[in-house]
Amino acid sequence: MAEVVFEHVTRIYPGNDKPSVDDLNLEIKDGEFLVLVGPSGCGKSTTLRMLAGLEEVNKGRILIGGKDVTTMQPKDRDIAMVFQNYALYPHMTVADNMGFALKIAGTPKDEIRKRVEKAAEILDLAEYLDRKPKALSGGQRQRVAMGRAIVREPKVFLMDEPLSNLDAKLRVQTRTQIAALQRQLGVTTLYVTHDQTEALTMGDRIAVIKLGLLQQVGRPTELYDRPANVFVAGFIGSPSMNLNVHPVVNGQAKIGDDTISLPADAVNKLTAEDNGKIVLGFRPEDASLATPTDADAFSLKVVNVEDLGSDGYIYGHILTDDSSAEQSTMMSDQNKMTTVRVSPRELPGVGDTVKIHIDPAKMHLFAPSSELRLN
Amino acid sequence: MDEVKLSQMDPRALKATSVQASDEDSSATPQALRITAASSNPAMFTLPWHKPLVQWPAELLANLPRGISRHVVRFVHVGDEVYAMKEITQSVAEREYELLRRLQKLELPTVSPVAVVTGRRSPAGEPLEAILVTRHLKFSLPYRALFARNLRPDTAERLIDALAVLMVRLHLMGFYWGDVSLSNVLFLRDADSFAAFLVDAETGDLHANLTNGQREYDIDLARTNIIGELMDLNSGNLLPAEVDEVEVGNRLAERYHSLWSALTDVDSFSPNEMWKIEQRVNKLNELGFDVDELEMKTDTDGNRVLVRPRVVDAGYASRKLLRLTGLDVQENQARRLLNDLDAYRASTWRQGEDLEIVATDWMREMFEPTARMIPQEYRSQIQPAQFFHEILTHRWYLAEKAGHDIPMAEAVESYIEKVLPQYKLDAQAMEDINSEADAGVVDDDATYYNPEDDPDAAVWSS
Repeated sequence: MAEVVFEHVTRIYPGNDKPSVDDLNLEIKDGEFLVLVGPSGCGKSTTLRMLAGLEEVNKGRILIGGKDVTTMQPKDRDIAMVFQNYALYPHMTVADNMGFALKIAGTPKDEIRKRVEKAAEILDLAEYLDRKPKALSGGQRQRVAMGRAIVREPKVFLMDEPLSNLDAKLRVQTRTQIAALQRQLGVTTLYVTHDQTEALTMGDRIAVIKLGLLQQVGRPTELYDRPANVFVAGFIGSPSMNLNVHPVVNGQAKIGDDTISLPADAVNKLTAEDNGKIVLGFRPEDASLATPTDADAFSLKVVNVEDLGSDGYIYGHILTDDSSAEQSTMMSDQNKMTTVRVSPRELPGVGDTVKIHIDPAKMHLFAPSSELRLN
Repeated sequence: MDEVKLSQMDPRALKATSVQASDEDSSATPQALRITAASSNPAMFTLPWHKPLVQWPAELLANLPRGISRHVVRFVHVGDEVYAMKEITQSVAEREYELLRRLQKLELPTVSPVAVVTGRRSPAGEPLEAILVTRHLKFSLPYRALFARNLRPDTAERLIDALAVLMVRLHLMGFYWGDVSLSNVLFLRDADSFAAFLVDAETGDLHANLTNGQREYDIDLARTNIIGELMDLNSGNLLPAEVDEVEVGNRLAERYHSLWSALTDVDSFSPNEMWKIEQRVNKLNELGFDVDELEMKTDTDGNRVLVRPRVVDAGYASRKLLRLTGLDVQENQARRLLNDLDAYRASTWRQGEDLEIVATDWMREMFEPTARMIPQEYRSQIQPAQFFHEILTHRWYLAEKAGHDIPMAEAVESYIEKVLPQYKLDAQAMEDINSEADAGVVDDDATYYNPEDDPDAAVWSS
């Protein structure tokens, strides 16, 4: 059993007045694949390095399998950093390439063979154990490199952006492999990435971190369906959520010249600090085209459309005073435009004005002052 | 860029050592070929960037021994120079390039970065990985090439000592390596020792100071990797039988710790033992380090003086030799040449004269004539200072055997005939080394996408 616990962990780099990781409380359950995700400089790698023993912990403590490791040397923690720059040793067999670290550690021969065979089984390399790397394909070599970490049977795997040195095609393939492998092995894993797609596709749970502060921890669907604040809402999901601040008039959101009904219990939670406004978010797939007479819909001036065959995307500006706010026509920056996913058969023309209805059950409402979720 | 435009540019921009457009999103893949370079070499633009590195034509490649790497690496003739090219993803290439530049500014022994090439595409428009370009370190060899020759049995130990010095120097400057191994280092002969240079900084990071955890992790990983690398040589029957891999690996940790403590420990002594400061400084000089700054303080009751070197610079002897002669060589070579310079001064009865003046004559009468005798075919393989050092050693052995002094010219002739040929790596050994290096490559796209090549991968990943 090896769960990992961060208890009020803080890291302040010398010379900095703000902590890089601030009072982090996080638990990784035994056998769990937890992905720590956030933009660059958010403290995610610092968190991993503290667990590895590479960074000092200024406050709080870290436990692995119930044991306090806060001040322990890296090599005594029984962790494995996966995917350093493993190259393979050309004269050694696949089995020796995987097992040599165990040999150094003085593990008995038959135990090494047992573990190597087990890893080879999982990695589908069993029939290659006595071959040299030269006789292997690139994919097989990659798996031998993985095998090197597996045979150590550590309590925890640590992976810091392990896919960053792979090209795009390999990244997708290896992503699937690592996730499948981790589930087969059942070794507690902390995986750090800046890529929310990696987080959503790989993790049992995801922890989102920003500027050293943990924002939300949960299963991928929880984060996607019920983001706790505006940052998580905008960070998780691709294309990202439409997020805008709108005035609240008579309990309804005023979007351009139109109004949209809001749930009363959410509106009631707004405070004076919110200045009569609300942050309304909806994902591109949670809205649809409405009829021109639909009361609960807003007008969108279409700036661009994309037909992807299976899906269609409308990009547009919310209409105010019958003229669209065209001052921001940065096509590449989707955040500045409203995105709606529709059937490609229903795509309007560029320049058209369409009515958009938001699925009220899928609306995400946040307080502008605290940026916290209201519904 | 034409001449007119150049002259109109801000002179500071012309002197810039790095050119990079800053208004682009650097993480985006550029659509057109882009070369970010520290200096311009027009021949760079004529290279076949549209081809994967493995397919570059043989006539462009320099036949030099390569180390094992998970990436595809080639040595390429570019104009009069030889560059090492490594195919990696754009973000990793850009990061390593910047890091190597910073390490160079700190005057640390690393390969020097030349360029990052991004936005490569095949003629069919398929994007290709970025290439990091570094300058090939002249006279250097990967450890595998050193073991391919008949070497002294203590070669492994001498390589480890060099690596320990390199690690200490990097750690003192706050560089955490993250992947220390013999494969990530190039070696230069340095008199009877070796000097190690960092060649792979992919996993590294520069910090203000390293934690003990970071240093210990580097040491532990180095130990594991070194033992693995030696076990591999052993499997290929390339390691002398008496070498114990684990012992050599342990030696790294010992050498590292003893050097680290010599350089950083606090000495404590009473105020009437101030000569101990000089003793400490002399000891550091012997280890090849200059003390730039000493931190001295007394303890609370004033009975003890606490002394710790604050800034130490490597290259004590090599800087001295550079000042005297203009020769830029490795530390132990410098020490040997300085000793010979001293002997020359004594033998010519010029102890009272300025060393600078004696050094000029020594260069003209001793060093340069000897260096000129390196046969043409070896000039790219042995540094003049190393040649001089080895001649001195050879001459000493000859004299001992003969029972009398041997003239320099005779020693040189005998050395060229009997010893120098060992420097040549024969064609077969070179081919073996490079095909071994290829066998360890993990990130070669070409071997991934042929389903016949690797039927299991497809099944396994599904």
